[in-house]
Amino acid sequence: MFINMKKRKNLMALTSVLMLSAAIFAGCGGSADKQSAASSGDTLEGKISASGSTALLPLLKPAQEEFQKAHGKVTVNIAGGGSFTGMNQVAEGSVQIGNSDVDLPAEYQGKDLVDHKVVIEPFVFIVNKDNKLDNLTREQIIGILTGKIKNWKDVGGADQQITLVHRAKSSGSRATISDIVLKGQEFTDDAVIQDSNGAVRTAIAGTPGAIGYVDAPYADDTVKTISFDGIKYSPEAIINGQYPIYGYGHMYTKGEATGAVKAFIDYVLSDEFQNAQVSKLGFIPMSKMKK
Amino acid sequence: MVMNDLAHQRRLFYDRYIRWLFIAAAFLMSLLIASIIFFVGRQGLLTFADVNPIEFFFTARWAPSAHAFGALSFISGSFFVTLLSIAFGAPLGILGAIFMAKVAPQWVRNILQPALQLYVAIPSVVYGCIGLVLLIPFLQSSFGVRTGFGILSASLILAIMILPTILSLSDDALRNVPPALEEASLALGATWWQTIWHVVVPAALPGILTSIVLAMARAIGETMAVQMLIGNTPLIANSLLTPTASLTSNIVVEMGNTMFGSTWSNALFLMAFVLMLLSLGMILMIRRLGQRRAV
Repeated sequence: MFINMKKRKNLMALTSVLMLSAAIFAGCGGSADKQSAASSGDTLEGKISASGSTALLPLLKPAQEEFQKAHGKVTVNIAGGGSFTGMNQVAEGSVQIGNSDVDLPAEYQGKDLVDHKVVIEPFVFIVNKDNKLDNLTREQIIGILTGKIKNWKDVGGADQQITLVHRAKSSGSRATISDIVLKGQEFTDDAVIQDSNGAVRTAIAGTPGAIGYVDAPYADDTVKTISFDGIKYSPEAIINGQYPIYGYGHMYTKGEATGAVKAFIDYVLSDEFQNAQVSKLGFIPMSKMKK
Repeated sequence: MVMNDLAHQRRLFYDRYIRWLFIAAAFLMSLLIASIIFFVGRQGLLTFADVNPIEFFFTARWAPSAHAFGALSFISGSFFVTLLSIAFGAPLGILGAIFMAKVAPQWVRNILQPALQLYVAIPSVVYGCIGLVLLIPFLQSSFGVRTGFGILSASLILAIMILPTILSLSDDALRNVPPALEEASLALGATWWQTIWHVVVPAALPGILTSIVLAMARAIGETMAVQMLIGNTPLIANSLLTPTASLTSNIVVEMGNTMFGSTWSNALFLMAFVLMLLSLGMILMIRRLGQRRAV
């Protein structure tokens, strides 16, 4: 009996706490709704879900925040998972936008996916800091990547074995390098494989004689960036067509984008966003290429 | 009186129906486990629709874009990494356990035991990182090799990671040996060392072996630290210091970027299924060891 009383008291306390907090939340929500509706005055609403490339995540996060600020009735969810996860999910219809670093592979053709190129992703070749070389020609790089050149002295460097450090066979970066630099020749398997840009950089920084490639924003001063065919990487060198190693960041939709999804992609492509965020993160705005 | 009656009624109610809660929980749990096994197995076995089992298990050319799915380098990588980590870790762990159980004074035990449990809580990525920044450069400079990635570095770190398993389980096994055996041995004039080596350790052997097999299961399934240190390239290693790959490392590196349902993805599921079967084999081994008592 006594125990029962005690329990009932607890229950009452719990209920009142719940009700109180519900009231507080409701109050908050209400005022936020009013505010955003008043400030934007637009008709966009709904939920946008996107998944895919982790390379594009740091770019899309600020876009998501700004977009939600401007359109109070729209919720944007962006997840990682990898380029192929993104393309898979958008093809199945489980997300509205699939982010990817690669062009649509053959398996996905005919699934009504529409490509939106939103950004340019440059790649650079990096070597260990002790390396004296500043430049490699396309032929020299091909020789190294295919395993035909095994010692730095064969390309004018010190007498030291070459260690290739790069990405897995399923990586979008690897596919880009394979398309642009190797043009169909196969990478040697005699290499160290790391599964992210950061890990490739760390391994190269710690391995004398190492070479590999990363997204340009990852090439910091722990490693040395080398020129390709005499051209040092810079955004300008890509824009004026001298430096060829880059891919596109894609946002795929199933069918033409409409409504809030279209507005979000347009926002990512807008000058306002591209000029403010894209260069800051080491990517290159799409608009610059068109000029 | 009425109140009492009600309370009694309620207890009877609980007594009758609470078992359904347990049954439901057990059912849900079994369903989950069974469906995971079924899913991984089915997805994995679909590989054989496109790939010859002989190619998968006995060749080492892994080039999915050229439709070559030989997983031998991964299987041999997993095998050697596990074996070598046990070779490093087991002697150290068993000696440590003997120290903990029979040599260390109580206050040392009081410090060591929680410390051991603590180091189970360190995420494996931290071990991998330590290996990457300390072990790899050390191996490079001391053996004069190109990279330091490979079976040796992975199994050295794994040996450290499996130590807590071997130590704590062997320690339990050693301390569960009946004191009467020990006392009898000492009473018969055996020295303290003879007693430990010829009486206590053999008596605890089933428990010690169980700890080693459990450690093997942990080692073969370890992913993150191995992936960071083994080099991940599908070549059969011709030395302990050349980059190679293991089943787990290749799954983690490639799975996120393959299309679900493709042969490539199925082959990765098959590798996971092989790992599951290997672990199952080890668990069956543990059960047999557990039933046997040496003394």
